[in-house]
Amino acid sequence: MDFEFSAEQQQLKEQARRYLADKCPTTAVRAILEGSEPFDRTLWQGLGEMGFLGAAIPEEYGGLGLGYLELCVIAEELGRALAPVPVSSSIFLVAEILKAAGSEEQKQRWLPKLASGEVIGTLASVEVTGSVRPSNIAMSAKAGALTGAKSPVLDGDIAHIAVVLARHAPGKDAQGLSLYLVDLNQSGIERTVLETIDPTRSQAKITFNSAKAELVGVAGDGWRLYEEALDRAAILTGFEQIGGADKALEMGRDYALQRFAFGRAIGSFQAIKHMLADMYVSATLARSNGYFGAYALSTGSADLPEAAATMRVSSSKAFQHCAKNNIQVHGGMGFTWAMDCHLFYRRSNLLAVSLGGLNEWEDKLIDRLRAKNAA
Amino acid sequence: MNFDDTPHEAAFRAEARAWIDANAPKYLLPYLEKSGYGGIELGGLDPMKEAKAWQKKKYDAGWACLHWPKEYGGRGASPIERVIWNQEEGPYGALSGSFIIGHGMCGPTVMDWGPEEAKRELLPRLAAGEDIWCQLFSEPAGGSDLAGLRTKAERDGDGWVINGQKIWTSGAHYSQWGILITRTDPNVPKHKGLTMFFLRMDTPGVRIVPIKQANGQSGFNEVYFDNVRLPDSQRLGGVGEGWKVSLTTLMNERLSIGSGMSAGFPDIFEFCKELELADGTLAINDRGVRSKLAEWACRQSGLKYTGMRAISALSRGENPGPENSIGKLVAGSSLQEIAMFALDLQGQAGAVSDPKLAAMAAKFQAQLLRSPATRVEGGTDEILRNIIGERVLGLPGDMRADKGLPFNKIPTA
Repeated sequence: MDFEFSAEQQQLKEQARRYLADKCPTTAVRAILEGSEPFDRTLWQGLGEMGFLGAAIPEEYGGLGLGYLELCVIAEELGRALAPVPVSSSIFLVAEILKAAGSEEQKQRWLPKLASGEVIGTLASVEVTGSVRPSNIAMSAKAGALTGAKSPVLDGDIAHIAVVLARHAPGKDAQGLSLYLVDLNQSGIERTVLETIDPTRSQAKITFNSAKAELVGVAGDGWRLYEEALDRAAILTGFEQIGGADKALEMGRDYALQRFAFGRAIGSFQAIKHMLADMYVSATLARSNGYFGAYALSTGSADLPEAAATMRVSSSKAFQHCAKNNIQVHGGMGFTWAMDCHLFYRRSNLLAVSLGGLNEWEDKLIDRLRAKNAA
Repeated sequence: MNFDDTPHEAAFRAEARAWIDANAPKYLLPYLEKSGYGGIELGGLDPMKEAKAWQKKKYDAGWACLHWPKEYGGRGASPIERVIWNQEEGPYGALSGSFIIGHGMCGPTVMDWGPEEAKRELLPRLAAGEDIWCQLFSEPAGGSDLAGLRTKAERDGDGWVINGQKIWTSGAHYSQWGILITRTDPNVPKHKGLTMFFLRMDTPGVRIVPIKQANGQSGFNEVYFDNVRLPDSQRLGGVGEGWKVSLTTLMNERLSIGSGMSAGFPDIFEFCKELELADGTLAINDRGVRSKLAEWACRQSGLKYTGMRAISALSRGENPGPENSIGKLVAGSSLQEIAMFALDLQGQAGAVSDPKLAAMAAKFQAQLLRSPATRVEGGTDEILRNIIGERVLGLPGDMRADKGLPFNKIPTA
């Protein structure tokens, strides 16, 4: 049994960590939070040049042609660094959808640019407050043109292209849904930047007024492709969450060692020590579930849907748990703008809803365990 | 990232599987597979007799105490081979419950610290299941603070005289031997005045009193020592070295991996698939129920894959990392939460614990009443959090009011 990343994958992870420590310290994240730039363009370009963006994109489409395990270790480091760049939208979702369902022409045209970072992609699915379901997708697709609005769209303000979940046939069912690729630089598109809990990953409302669109995959296959894309992205985003959880735990631990009260390091008080121990437990369970997710993703295992839902629930909770208790360990200082705790708190809560909230993934997990059990 | 055996591991697995298939007591399988949490029931057969027979059979064929050296009755197997054996032994492993303390903790302690003659005589008998050993550590005044123990050993000519009391001694009532930690010097700080011995449990002056537990069962005992005389040849390690010796025992406990604890998810999942709620829906279709099930499912799989990571480390010839220390902490509270939740779903019938009447043969009722012990035995949840906090995260130890004080100057009330 070798339930561990290989030495080469761990080297890649170390390389990504060093690169991000240099190019993306929290001051860089804070610059996006406090400034007018929507994302870190220099870092984004660098990630493309380093090959990190294209790690799991085949060489024939301009990527490095490594695998999902390599992308998982990179994702963990991006999460740890809170990298203010649109990797999840552009790579985990759009590049993956094109790899899975795009036509040869679409792959040739877009994957090399996604791999280099020249083009940013995003997935536009949400129309209402609440879970995305076939019944609440109203965006209409007629004669190669989309009409309707999507909001919020993560990285929607900076993306060049979007994959859009839209209805080609009237009604409420999943069979009437398809995925469309839309060039966002056209006259039929209007974008409004949204105010959000984590401005280091910007979001927008995108309005489509008869915007020109082309089908991705087969008409009527949209919902299935969308759900499968979410599963793969849940595992990759899960690694971001694991990375963030670990870093928040380390921040809390370091502060507990360094901060003295009543004449002793506060980490010697069991109230603090046990809180940190529980954070370690959450992070460890999430990491172990993540390893199985990575295994399932990289082998295309039949367990992938179950592994994705398990990891999603586990890693969302772990990052939220570590980020919120990191503030608690820091006490009042943790609630200051100047300390970095809130950057992790913001990101943990953004990621926990970005692919659909916990309640949706809990449902998926139970449905999938049941289906497996019945099989 | 794969779950495959190396060629060597696969060969070992095949050999173990073939031997088990040819030799295991298959007539016990239906009972062993149904055995729940905290004990086995073999349809009227004597569990101890069956356990000893299986152990002897393994010993005779060289499959007992795999990790021990051959000269003491083991196989000299690697840690990963031991894990593979445990996987292959599967439900038959439940028969070995009474031997775990002896094989996992007492034996290795005697091996490291005992006189050679005693090792050659006693360890093979322990490996063969002919003798059962217990561990006489905890005391009324020394639980989480083990080094606060008070059982005295005083010099008497060539030997020692023991007086005092132990508690929570698992299996003392059916053990032939025990390892015993005592205080030999109350005038030095508490960790420095301890000495370890081994003794027969029928030595004159030893009195064993089973403890009736909160759940009505009796797995633990009080053991009283009234002028018990031991020769100096039954000492393990040097006088005053008892703490160091006891760490060997406890380290071996931590190395016993690969048989990871279940957080109890499969039972509650099965139960929720069948149970109808007040509104006529199945429990498993209820949003609130699902949220809880999902949490327990994640803990269950998280523990499983944490165990796999540790096994992988062994397979690579490395020591498992600290992540394995979370097992009992996660499993204990999950088992208790699940039991309470299952009773809640059963409504007023949840109070019925008669296996003939209650759902799933009263599994959850038994779990409810047993699970508080899981959160305490072998290290309380709080001690485990201290261990994670201090040994894994590197946080400082708590302030100790008894630090540096001679044992007999430590405040007790």
